[in-house]
Amino acid sequence: METKNKPLDDILAIRNMMERSSKFLSLSGLSGVFAGCCAIVGAAVAYFGILKAGNIKYNEYMRSLSEVSTREIRLELMGLALVVLALALGGALYFSVRKAQKSKQNFWNKASKQLLIHLFIPLFTGGIFSLLLIWHNNIDLVASTTLIFYGLALVNAGKFTFGEVHYLGLSEIVLGLLAGVFLHFGMVFWILGFGVLHIVYGLVMYRKYER
Amino acid sequence: MKNPIINLNKVFESRIRLGIMSALMVNDNIEFNSLKELLELTDGNLASHLKALEQNEMLQVSKQFVGRKPNTTYAVTQLGREQFKQHLNALEELLNMQ
Repeated sequence: METKNKPLDDILAIRNMMERSSKFLSLSGLSGVFAGCCAIVGAAVAYFGILKAGNIKYNEYMRSLSEVSTREIRLELMGLALVVLALALGGALYFSVRKAQKSKQNFWNKASKQLLIHLFIPLFTGGIFSLLLIWHNNIDLVASTTLIFYGLALVNAGKFTFGEVHYLGLSEIVLGLLAGVFLHFGMVFWILGFGVLHIVYGLVMYRKYER
Repeated sequence: MKNPIINLNKVFESRIRLGIMSALMVNDNIEFNSLKELLELTDGNLASHLKALEQNEMLQVSKQFVGRKPNTTYAVTQLGREQFKQHLNALEELLNMQ
């Protein structure tokens, strides 16, 4: 019996090693759920706190104010965005390190380095471009820009981890383009893209790979 | 009917060598220490298998210094790639025969 199963075992071992050596498999679905929750809380703070509730059509609210008075709002929104980003990244790191320890894998390996490089090149570009838009007081397209660049970053990094990340990226790109069409609803698309999609994909990945 | 066992390559017979080749097939090159972590082996054990694969011209080895530490990376050769694919096909054929 032992010799009969050998080719099958060999092939399984080969497939396992190919995947393990080229893909970052410690990415936890919980990272996505946590990032999604951060985004929704962040959006709520922006909506009720900074934009004085009732201004989901945030570009109209900004236009009704003079340029001097939007400076404070722009700075507050930017600060909030950075806090949300830091929390979401911190959460992703925490849950992934935990998953790596549980499965006795190394968190910092060739695949995770590749993943981060391929994620951050489009992400930084998009982040800086969004800052340029805000600097020029041209915030209409910021929601669309952040979603599109984030989607491209995920598609680019998707090769180095689970296939779901690739499809999450594509979904973000579609939402980003839609946000570019319906400029008034930037905040709604933002919540859908960074909040709801993260939670949905995070749960799918958690159920598929971690239970 | 031709027996696919003829196409199985003796060089790849151990599970460790299969692991080394699989990892190198999907990466441009891998450092010695990364391979060691990936396969969970001791230095000596891994080195002897790498040596055998190198002598059969399945691998090419490049050594350089990073600062003062020697750093050895391994990549699969064209011959190694072809031979490993043939070995995989033979394994698959064996499976289909059962």
